Amino acid sequence: MRRRWIAPSAVVWLVVASAFFLIPLIATLLFSLRSLQTGKCCSGAAYSLIIHDHQFWTTIRLSFLLSLETIAISLVLFVPTVYWVHLKMPRLRPVLGFMALVPFVVPPIVLVVGLLNLYKGSPSWFYDKPSGLLAAAYVILAFPYMYFALDAGFRSIDVHTLTEASQSLGASWRTTLTRVILPNIRVAALAGSFLTLAIVMGEFTIASLAAFKTFPTYIQLVNETQPYEAAALSLLSFLIVWAAMLALLFVGRGRPRPAGAATR
Amino acid sequence: MAYLELRELRRSFGPVVALDGIEVELDAGEFLSLLGPSGCGKTTALRLVAGFDRPDSGSIVVDGKDITHVTPSRRDMGMVFQAYSLFPNMTAEQNVEFGLRIRKNRRAARRKRVAELLELVGLGHAGKRYPHQLSGGMQQRVALARALAIEPRVLLLDEPLSALDAKVRVQLREEIRRIQTQLGITTLYVTHDQEEALSVSDHVAVMWSGRIEQMGTPSEMYGAPATPFVAEFIGTMNRLEAVVVDGTSGEVEHAGARLMVDAARGRTKGERVLVLVRPELLELEPDTNGGGGENMLAGKVLTHTFLGSVTRLKILGGESEYIADIPTARVASLSIGLPVVARVPAAGTRLLNLSEEPASGGPDSGDL
Repeated sequence: MRRRWIAPSAVVWLVVASAFFLIPLIATLLFSLRSLQTGKCCSGAAYSLIIHDHQFWTTIRLSFLLSLETIAISLVLFVPTVYWVHLKMPRLRPVLGFMALVPFVVPPIVLVVGLLNLYKGSPSWFYDKPSGLLAAAYVILAFPYMYFALDAGFRSIDVHTLTEASQSLGASWRTTLTRVILPNIRVAALAGSFLTLAIVMGEFTIASLAAFKTFPTYIQLVNETQPYEAAALSLLSFLIVWAAMLALLFVGRGRPRPAGAATR
Repeated sequence: MAYLELRELRRSFGPVVALDGIEVELDAGEFLSLLGPSGCGKTTALRLVAGFDRPDSGSIVVDGKDITHVTPSRRDMGMVFQAYSLFPNMTAEQNVEFGLRIRKNRRAARRKRVAELLELVGLGHAGKRYPHQLSGGMQQRVALARALAIEPRVLLLDEPLSALDAKVRVQLREEIRRIQTQLGITTLYVTHDQEEALSVSDHVAVMWSGRIEQMGTPSEMYGAPATPFVAEFIGTMNRLEAVVVDGTSGEVEHAGARLMVDAARGRTKGERVLVLVRPELLELEPDTNGGGGENMLAGKVLTHTFLGSVTRLKILGGESEYIADIPTARVASLSIGLPVVARVPAAGTRLLNLSEEPASGGPDSGDL
């Protein structure tokens, strides 16, 4: 068998790219391992302090629950919408695509001011609670990620034929959506979900301006007063996002290929 | 009373008339093919029967019940699609079982039926495979089993073989016919392939421009086409423009040649007609006496096209071209460039008024 060689230029690029991503992480890790008293290597005290801080657990729990809520609302809102647009109103796809770009264009600080004004008269159970106002804002923030992931998923299957095949066999719209369509866009829905998770777990501006204490605002608070602990926290949040990505890879691995895939 | 009736079905998409009042009656257990070129309305008709689209007017009646406004999920129509339509997240077994689960059939009964149907389509061994692990032909067999599982009132097949290679297509169309006959299920089949339609159907309806041009048995459609369009679409046909010279004897004139055609008897003198002759009916022989002779068309051999047991010869006679199919064993005596005469048989030819030509377009008539 012919042995495959890797071009030297590819190795150079690989090393440069690895260095670009790994050096800041390694530096942060080394910094977080310094002793709180002497500032010298190596001690796990920063991690110990963080883990024993009840605010860490409270804020991370809140951010995680907010992520789940945002994911749930986004899926319930966008899966049927994107499905319907693909099935019945394909001309609206560019319109939705344009709308999905708006959160990229409008800065979060403008968005939060607008949202605070918009929801000013709303009930306190919504306006004063992170699960109300913040979740609503995060659904908007996550819109592009969720929409483009779902759109790619729906484009990879023959929505019309699968829907019609299901209906001709007696399935209702709900059965068709839950048992035929959803399982076949599962990877796309997961991709959108984990991107949403990553965004919500790291979103600072809206939470801070709306005066809610989430995980990112906690990181900021720690960062202002405890530099070693802040580095440890940054690494921990980084690991959480990575764990989410790995979960996506794990769950999505080995799924059957869509109908349009090559056959034997 | 017919089992499936399409009554005056009309459907337009903006200015385009897809169906212009078609009427179909099909008895229980019969196999009807809707045959026609792309855009003739055959798939629209099938989708209306399936319930995926609604007619602008007209009605669809199955077993005496009007189902025009019934949703597709309540019509009990089994459908096999042109595109591979198996659910990618389910195995072959689960695909076949899907309709039975929707109907909440008992598990044991479901299993038994799935096994029977997969055996029926010759895939008893492949039940655990996912669609991407099956070939195109196997996928369509599973799709057929899935459509049959619900014991549909009518089986609808929308060009199910068009994505398959030629050999599998022939094999599978024979299997579809075998299974349809075995189960006695009323079947509506859409295709643009005339060979496919003629080989499997009890009846064929040729469609053109949203209308049914002619409906009949395959042999009627081939032997007695009612319009030039049908004549062209089903098989190859020589079309000889002619003028009736003597309606009593059936004599017509085409490109200076006098032809006696039985079908021209009773026509008015001077009437412009189209004489239709199948290529296999033209008898070719080398021209030994200067092109003369009764019912003879003179010309030169232009091309040979090998078709297996027969070879198709194109003959150039003046400004007209004729096509003749002769046994391949005789080709050696009719080389390219050789002057030949083609005898037009008095019987077996069809005669149509020139006004019956389609207004525009039509199937590729380059052969003629």
